[in-house]
Amino acid sequence: MGEAAAVLPETGVIDLRQEFESAGIGEVLEKLDHELVGLAPVKARIKEIASLLLIERIRAKLQLAGGAPTLHMSFTGNPGTGKTTVALRMADILHRLGFVRRGHLVAVTRDDLVGQYIGHTAPKTKEVVKRAMGGVLFIDEAYYLYRPENERDYGQEAIEILLQIMENQRDDLVVILAGYGDRMDTFFSSNPGFRSRIAHHVDFPDYGEAELLQIAEIMLENQSYKFSAAARDAFARYIALRKTQPHFSNARSIRNALDRARLRQANRLVADLDRPLTARDIITIEAPDILASRVFAKDDS
Amino acid sequence: MRVTQGCYSFLPDLTDEQIKTQLQYCLDRSWGVNIEVTDDPHPRNTYWEMWGQPMFDLKDAAGVIAELTACRKSFGDRYIRISAFDSSHGWESVKLSFIVNRPAEEGGFFLERQEIEGRMIRYTTRPYSSQLPEGQRYG
Repeated sequence: MGEAAAVLPETGVIDLRQEFESAGIGEVLEKLDHELVGLAPVKARIKEIASLLLIERIRAKLQLAGGAPTLHMSFTGNPGTGKTTVALRMADILHRLGFVRRGHLVAVTRDDLVGQYIGHTAPKTKEVVKRAMGGVLFIDEAYYLYRPENERDYGQEAIEILLQIMENQRDDLVVILAGYGDRMDTFFSSNPGFRSRIAHHVDFPDYGEAELLQIAEIMLENQSYKFSAAARDAFARYIALRKTQPHFSNARSIRNALDRARLRQANRLVADLDRPLTARDIITIEAPDILASRVFAKDDS
Repeated sequence: MRVTQGCYSFLPDLTDEQIKTQLQYCLDRSWGVNIEVTDDPHPRNTYWEMWGQPMFDLKDAAGVIAELTACRKSFGDRYIRISAFDSSHGWESVKLSFIVNRPAEEGGFFLERQEIEGRMIRYTTRPYSSQLPEGQRYG
């Protein structure tokens, strides 16, 4: 890379397009755009981060000082807003730009990091960190690591090891913390070390009703099902109702609802064994499959 | 006297960068990597002590290097070797083993000749260091 600096004086032209294409991030960003509905602010942030990394890489090639950028991130948002999926893509982007060597994602929760007895936590956390080296360590529901109500909780030990690794082995792995917005805020305020070591805070907004319907259709398409026109309307109503109920977790609730609709559809088809069945019947979810949901029952009473 | 066992032992000691490349080769083939320690370098001593657990689910060599650094910190005055075990059916054996750390002074071996009946001689090699109790052999 020494030659690059020699060949390119300060006024020399760098082919940004070629750099962009050779890294192949365009592809990943496009895939992200295509596969994930909505999430406009998240996509914008990811694009910003990708641009920063691309420029950072060119700077490194020109041997401009700068040091390895801090890449640790925190993803906050309600359940089912796509944090894990985006983390997977992020690992891919980081790998393509050469900021992590392997680009695999190790997803863990408190159970994988914190031990049950004294002296059990450190080896356990180190084991996980070792596995994540060269890739991305994704800590889901990270706020569980810190339990202020129990001062002898071993979570603190895991936090200390993580902080140390986030500082000292920045070029070996990237840590992404994820969790629900408000609880992550309390987590960060009680662990200021974490906040300062995280460069990118990305907030995942809730999906709108139209977006959820679109997600439902993509999910069905991936499973080779489709809505009939009536079922589509019914599902739009279902989403509107379900959103107002407790424990609504965005895309995850939609997936569960669809799973139940598939169950009812299968039940409906099997109920009448003598009916001639076409492929169209098997792939179509009808309105009754959706209207049988408990969500509507509550509405009537 | 320089102990020569395992791979690369007739070459100059591997640098950390070279060790890392070797390790990555092993991990890319999903071999389980072990770090082993001993202060009894007799060639027939196959029972080296393991440092930590075998590492078979890592993707990147940096994890092994971190363990090796920790191991050197504790046992920098002993022999440390890395072995890579291929668990695939039909092999199930160690495919690569090399020394990554040596004591500063290697004591060498004492050759004992035992004269037995009929002018015959029995030979025994014994590391000088193993005359000392365990833990005091080097450094």
